Amino acid sequence: MYAQMIDTGLTKVADTADMSDDERAFQARIDDDVRIEPKDWMPEAYRRTLIRQIQQHAHSEVVGMLPEGNWITRAPSLARKAILMAKVQDEAGHGLYLYCAAETLGVSREQMIEDLHAGKVKYSSIFNYPTLTWADIGAVGWLVDGAAIMNQIPLCRCSFGPYARAMIRICKEESFHQRQGFDVMMSLCRGTPEQKAMAQDALDRWWWPSLMMFGPPDAASVHSAHSAKWKIKRLSNDELRQRFVDQTVPQSDYLGLRIPDDDLAWNEDRGHYDFGAIDWSEFHEVLKGHGPCNRDRMRTRVNAWEDGAWVREAAVAHAQKRDARAKAAA
Amino acid sequence: MSSEWPLWEVFIRSQHGLAHKHVGSLHAPDAGMAVRNARDVYTRRNEGVSIWVVRSADVHASAPGDREALFDPANDKVYRHPTFFPMPDEVKHI
Ligand SMILES: [Fe+2]
Ligand SMILES: [Fe+2]
Repeated sequence: MYAQMIDTGLTKVADTADMSDDERAFQARIDDDVRIEPKDWMPEAYRRTLIRQIQQHAHSEVVGMLPEGNWITRAPSLARKAILMAKVQDEAGHGLYLYCAAETLGVSREQMIEDLHAGKVKYSSIFNYPTLTWADIGAVGWLVDGAAIMNQIPLCRCSFGPYARAMIRICKEESFHQRQGFDVMMSLCRGTPEQKAMAQDALDRWWWPSLMMFGPPDAASVHSAHSAKWKIKRLSNDELRQRFVDQTVPQSDYLGLRIPDDDLAWNEDRGHYDFGAIDWSEFHEVLKGHGPCNRDRMRTRVNAWEDGAWVREAAVAHAQKRDARAKAAA
Repeated sequence: MSSEWPLWEVFIRSQHGLAHKHVGSLHAPDAGMAVRNARDVYTRRNEGVSIWVVRSADVHASAPGDREALFDPANDKVYRHPTFFPMPDEVKHI
């Protein structure tokens, strides 16, 4: 999940009986699949939850540019470089669509960026892992964007209009990301034994973090129950994870790679792949800031923001000066 | 000093001769930069041949609470639609 473990600030799921008239009318609209728009009445907790989720999602798109941007200058050919640049530029666009969607709920862009830099709002933990070789760019596109698509498709039907519309736009662009990643993996797997080993090594390192992207099992979470009731979240973490495994294993087989899980096996009765237990302690460590790249990612973002301050200010000053001139001339 | 750039609404006309359609918003210091940013943010895949940008602050919208007052009166005026008037099969070109 690009937005993981969203806290709704609520301790129980409200009964219809406990709801105010406004809340009941709101819930009825959601139950009827009527989209909620920014100026419509909404419960404060709905607004806060969405601000948190969309903001986290936006930050993930932006921070997500860093591990891939790391390879733009070292892409193995001009074509690969152009493709990777286009992909990274898309991620910048995704961040911008999402920031704007969050802003319709009354939070400012600057506030969101300050919250990220102060560590108050997270981004997806997946981007705290390093991209060590070119094969990692293949694995990230194939697995990380693949997992993102799995998570984002149901969000296209999210109850909040601006978020749903941003997700539709994003989903249209994502499948290019996943395919270019798989294409990198295919080239490596058809190459020399060393290249194939590089692809295997990337899969070995990215497989488990990719499964963790869907977040911890959420069956018992109040926040998930609320998000489901509000149609902000339409499928559980485990459902999405299972779908991802089911779709990815045959792709890995096609590449002739081995998924690093001894318990992975097709279960005829369930009609799904069984897979091994996930090490959630690693997930929580990375979430707390102890992943391999947390500090580096945040330092890069903060520097970009601070080093760019004079440009933002100069652009405003320039616009004001031209305005003043135009008014004087009129 | 807060240097937050103002918000602009972006409208794009696609190639097919349709009207400009709202696609989203963005921040920019002035109209010129808003058009350039809109080109990068909203037309990376040939989505359009023309861009309009309007300051969000200049958009005046109807209030959600006025929905019934504004739009319900049209509900009982079905005669505004041609299908309200059934035509005999023998009558052509109408
Ligand atoms: Fe993205
Ligand atoms: Fe992507």
